[in-house]
Amino acid sequence: MTGGDNVVVTLEISAKETVAEGVVALTLAHPAGARLPDWTPGSHIEVVLPGGTMRHYSLCGNRWDAYTYRIAVLREPKGRGGSAFVHDTLRPGDRIGVGGPRNHFPLAPSERYLFIAGGVGITPLLSMVQQAELLGAEWQLLYGGRTRASMAFHEELTAAHGERVHIAPQDEVGLLDLASWLGTPPPDTKVYCCGPAPLLAAVEAACAHWPPYTLRTERFTAAEQRAPVRDLPFDVELRRTGRTVTVTPDVSVLDAVRGAGANVLSSCEQGTCGTCLTPVLDGRPDHRDSILAEYERAANTCMFPCVSRSCDDRLVLDL
Amino acid sequence: MPETAVLPVCDADVFSPDVLRAPEELHHVLRSAGPVVYLSRYDVHALARYQEVHAALVDWQHFESGAGVGLANFRHEKPWRPPSLLLESDPPRHDAPRRVLREILAPPALRQLREAWQQAAEELVEHVLADATEFDAFTELARAFPLTVFPDAVGLGPDGRENLLPYGNMAFNSFGPVNDLVKADAHRVAELSAWVRAQCAREALAEGGFGARVWAAADRGDLTPAQAPLVVRSLLTAGVDTTVHGLAACLYAFATHPEQWQRLRERPELARVAFDEAVRWQSPVQTFFRTATTDVTIAGTVVLQGTKILMFLGAANRDPERWDDPDRFDLTRDPSGHVGFGMGIHQCVGQHVARLEAEALLTALARRVEHIELTANPRRHLNNTLRSWASLPVRVHPGR
Ligand code: FES
Repeated sequence: MTGGDNVVVTLEISAKETVAEGVVALTLAHPAGARLPDWTPGSHIEVVLPGGTMRHYSLCGNRWDAYTYRIAVLREPKGRGGSAFVHDTLRPGDRIGVGGPRNHFPLAPSERYLFIAGGVGITPLLSMVQQAELLGAEWQLLYGGRTRASMAFHEELTAAHGERVHIAPQDEVGLLDLASWLGTPPPDTKVYCCGPAPLLAAVEAACAHWPPYTLRTERFTAAEQRAPVRDLPFDVELRRTGRTVTVTPDVSVLDAVRGAGANVLSSCEQGTCGTCLTPVLDGRPDHRDSILAEYERAANTCMFPCVSRSCDDRLVLDL
Repeated sequence: MPETAVLPVCDADVFSPDVLRAPEELHHVLRSAGPVVYLSRYDVHALARYQEVHAALVDWQHFESGAGVGLANFRHEKPWRPPSLLLESDPPRHDAPRRVLREILAPPALRQLREAWQQAAEELVEHVLADATEFDAFTELARAFPLTVFPDAVGLGPDGRENLLPYGNMAFNSFGPVNDLVKADAHRVAELSAWVRAQCAREALAEGGFGARVWAAADRGDLTPAQAPLVVRSLLTAGVDTTVHGLAACLYAFATHPEQWQRLRERPELARVAFDEAVRWQSPVQTFFRTATTDVTIAGTVVLQGTKILMFLGAANRDPERWDDPDRFDLTRDPSGHVGFGMGIHQCVGQHVARLEAEALLTALARRVEHIELTANPRRHLNNTLRSWASLPVRVHPGR
């Protein structure tokens, strides 16, 4: 689940470069030259934007370099303004707040990997590819994007790994041929996929017949949610605060518990970042986040109150 | 060669019985000699100051663990058992085992144990006090309590649990040189290793315990089936002796610092601070080695690639440059940042378990006991890595 804590440090942008059409890479360093917290492939950091909102970006640099983080940011014209700020305003020398790193998308050991990237979804897979190589695993990368020019890092990847890398720009070859790549599951293979929601949905569908736990995905946007389990109010007991609040359908558990005096940090408020992780002492949460794995949901030991609710009349939280 | 200060040399046997019994003087000598000291007897470099120890611990890129965290160099010597996937490995191989164990031993996962452990601690304290007010706090409390709760939490079967401490003792001895301590156990290596190996199998582990959860992670593909038993082995090797001697350190601290005991009785919520302060003050794990991955410069000294570097955690935890009045056990101090659990990616993954055990035992004891005092000199048990105990004779004055 969560890795880092909620500490935000101030880092300095030491370099900014355009790595593809509409994609800039930022290099971040500690202003005093200190070591940065360790990370693992699949980790992301949270960048604090003006107004206090946060966006999370996968680390795509080299973890053997303890002094810089590297992220790549796609300009999202329909986004909430975060990527435009990174593209248009941030410059080398500027300082930004950074939280994390956390990893909800860790690389599990496997003999074989199939990595599938869509567009800027290549970022977490870059260090995974390097890791698979170091571990001596067999791997292939299927990398799709709108056009070759919009696909960051494809030249480096091809130069370093040759035939293991399959570049598939949509305007040249159409959509990724998932049916032929995922039709027959090879033994001991894990599929790691990161990219836009439609790609994730397509890969999920194409892997439906794969053994459980072989497909692993990273979402940057919240998964489509079913309706809540219940549409009646429920009670949330805050064990440490010693209070109970009633949560009505129109408010989030997060807002309700804050109203009752509990102190919970949050960031994305859409169940994707993990910041608001809260231990559950009793009751069954109606999990509506995009983070927890099935077995973690079933354990009922924690929840993300920014989006998740309760299945029953009563939920007891360690707050 | 870059200009370097002359490297101080120390020819002491840093694993001699005298040093293991009372390491403070050696620690002082090493810290005063310089930031890096050459230990001629073992042909290794030593770090004893907080700054250098801390820096080496977090810098896994330059100071690897995969060549062994003991004196033996796995680059040239075959280890006595398959290397630990946690302690004796580096990224990227270290990542998945570490992650799996960290999730299993993280505070949210431990919450279910809390009430049961508190109750077990209270029962143990009641039971001990019902028998006598003079007893050996090492055997009756520090050793008894973890052995009551931890093997059950792992899901071990009932048989052979008496092997746990001897196995841990042997494993921690093996990080030092092949001295009398190691030789004394040589005849038991095969038997104890076989017992531990058998406990790591899926069938041997009860449902719902830490061990079964490691296997569940393998079922989900977060570990390979070959890794799972070795990850369970790490729990059994590192989870018992360290806690036992950490708890003994706490009890020793309180028996010798009555005013601190009164403070804990007034504010039982200090139990966790007390445990960490005791770990700083006694450093149950005294030393670990790293190996230089490249030629590295430490405080102006070039240490050549492949060199073993011995880090004195116990010396760093009492470095006056880092701590005010470091030899004092003091609950008003913030012990945060001590390196008694290590630091960085190898930092003790079971520390929350140990804190929970300590909290349970200390609060149960604080509720019932007004004073603890020593009735005779405590005896140390010697181990090449652990600062450990053989007996801690005390008299207590129960309250209530
Ligand atoms: S605030 Fe991001 S998961 Fe709740």
